[in-house]
Amino acid sequence: MSGITQSTALWYASRATGVVSLLLLTGVTLLGVLVNRQGRLPGLPRFVVTGLHRNLSLLAVAFVALHVLTAVFDPYVTIGLVAIVIPFTSPYKPLWLGVGAISLDLVVALIVTSLARARINRRFWRALHWLAYLAWGGAVLHSLTASTDLHRGILLYLLLACIAAVAGAVIWRISQAGRELPQEERAAATLDMMSPRGVRSPARRGPRETIR
Amino acid sequence: MTYGTTVPHPGQPGEPLDRPADSAALPRLLPAQGAVPVDLRTHLHRFGHLPYTGRAARLIPVLQAAGLTGRGGAAFPVHRKLAAVAQAGTRPVVIGNGAEGEPASEKDKSLLWISPHLILDGLQLAAEAVGSDAVGLYLSRHPRLLDKLHAAIAERAAAGVDRATVEIFDAPPRFLAGEESALASRVNGGPARPRFKPPMVFERGVAGRPTLVHNVETLAHLALIARFGPDWFRAAGTDDEPGSMLCTLHQPDGRRDVVETELGTPLRSLVTLDGHTQAVLSGGYHGAWLPAADAARMTLSNADLRPAGAFVGAGVLAALPADRCGIAEAARVARYLALESAGQCGPCFNGLPRIAAAMAEIASPRPDPRAVTDMIRWSGLVQGRGACHHPDGSVRFIRSALHVFQDEIILHGQGRCVDPARRPFLPLPADTALSAADWS
Amino acid sequence: MKNQLRVDPTVCSGHGLCAELLPELITLDEWGYPIVADGPVPRSLDRHVRRAVTDCPVLALKLLPASRTAARP
Repeated sequence: MSGITQSTALWYASRATGVVSLLLLTGVTLLGVLVNRQGRLPGLPRFVVTGLHRNLSLLAVAFVALHVLTAVFDPYVTIGLVAIVIPFTSPYKPLWLGVGAISLDLVVALIVTSLARARINRRFWRALHWLAYLAWGGAVLHSLTASTDLHRGILLYLLLACIAAVAGAVIWRISQAGRELPQEERAAATLDMMSPRGVRSPARRGPRETIR
Repeated sequence: MTYGTTVPHPGQPGEPLDRPADSAALPRLLPAQGAVPVDLRTHLHRFGHLPYTGRAARLIPVLQAAGLTGRGGAAFPVHRKLAAVAQAGTRPVVIGNGAEGEPASEKDKSLLWISPHLILDGLQLAAEAVGSDAVGLYLSRHPRLLDKLHAAIAERAAAGVDRATVEIFDAPPRFLAGEESALASRVNGGPARPRFKPPMVFERGVAGRPTLVHNVETLAHLALIARFGPDWFRAAGTDDEPGSMLCTLHQPDGRRDVVETELGTPLRSLVTLDGHTQAVLSGGYHGAWLPAADAARMTLSNADLRPAGAFVGAGVLAALPADRCGIAEAARVARYLALESAGQCGPCFNGLPRIAAAMAEIASPRPDPRAVTDMIRWSGLVQGRGACHHPDGSVRFIRSALHVFQDEIILHGQGRCVDPARRPFLPLPADTALSAADWS
Repeated sequence: MKNQLRVDPTVCSGHGLCAELLPELITLDEWGYPIVADGPVPRSLDRHVRRAVTDCPVLALKLLPASRTAARP
């Protein structure tokens, strides 16, 4: 294969795996919101939501790895291995690839801490996991700026759909959390919910008539 | 033998003490005459100086021989708790628990007001026994009580009596504030909410260190045993349950007393058990009801009370008048207990309010018959599934009420009640916890 | 050493995965919270127990050595 054809193949591979990575990271973020809200995928057991969230995140790492390696080894542009993890050190488009590198660093941190979840402080893990939104946002920004692929056509619609989906999920999560009761109000709210006369049996109650 | 005193007011005149300090007779913790607070000079004059043993752990076999058990309700052997903390690791912490979250109990507040120096002596001796220099006192938030204890500690520091500095921590007015892990959480600067165990508080409590928590009355007994020995302690009480204890008595006429009495005292010499009384509550709002006729045959001992489903606990005895509705009383308490849930554990904040609602239903005329079956199911669901024993204790109280006040339930089924006006008898605070600040 | 399965009720928010992954030992009450069977965990369920403990979204499920769950003082 000639140099130019090899470069072209790597270039296409980087762009393609980049798009797939973005889709996977979007899916992982949406599933993360679903796990937090104790939501379910219709017709599927609850453990599928957490399992899919975990497995897709690992798959996303694999695709991101392919994406950065094909980009680095493409001789047409100079990027350098270091620029994968250290932002703004790439000779080619340092700013926008830097954003991608930050995003990658965050994803790695999220994965590593989640694999070691049982061994680290619960609050620390939770605080760090909030950075997932930043990682996703960084991936979107990087996708928009590192190439013009997502500026038109079907890829543009895909990008808009990803942004809309995550924005919608975040709004949904915030509105749900706003309706959650603080601990000190739960018992009183449950007491109010139970009328003094006509205590109903569980058979006539809906599946989730509880305070959480 | 019983010694009685009403809940104290400051400024009552006292009389000179004329009994030898080491007399085995009662009262031991409370002064012989009147409810006058004992100041440091009187305390040292009566009991002599704090008998530091000079070495850690020396007090533990003495306490074992005395058979002192905790006076906070759980009645766990004191020497075993001390040994567990002493062995649990380095830099232990000692906290005296005077929060007394039980509304029907006043004995800790009374003891803190009248004999603070006995408690503070006990705190120093316990600290020496486990090798601790980090000592605290956890108190309910009464301004005068807090001032008094601050003053007592300052006086002792000035006189060089205390070896370890005592820090005071205040507790929110919650039922669960006196629970060991809730105490540790509060002393750590957080809300007074119980924690899941393990690790136990004696392993990791305040600041992650092994923490010894003792009820203030227990510490007072400890201070006297260190002076007068195990045989002196055992001169009162029974062989299996030695010593004296403080009780809060609620008489059917509404009188409320804090008394010091021996274990093994017949209940009928503590509370009125004639025809005016229908039932006795023993052990507070996590305790159990007894029919008056049964109680009249029993003594203040776990040997008598446990087989009847009750226990001595922190010495709360309430005699319910015959002309009151026992179910209505139990429903009031059940509602209080539900609202005092910390709201952490699903089974508790879901189950207790439902149980309370069912009790309110049963206390009404012609109640829905499903209320009882629902309540039985919910009681089974909450037991043992909280981080603390709040669900278990509440269920014990409510189950015993359903058993003892069966006749009343039948009356309600017919649309009748022994007291349609449902006059309240048992003491309950008016406020409920509604915000995070109420737990801190 | 025999292990015992316990749930930290202050952390558990009733996701309910554990009951799906370990129905032999865990059922859900009418409010969606887990009821964990008492007693030591059978060796044959080790793999499933480990998965349930790892997969709990809030890490409320704990596998404790039997000695740590003895009656408290």
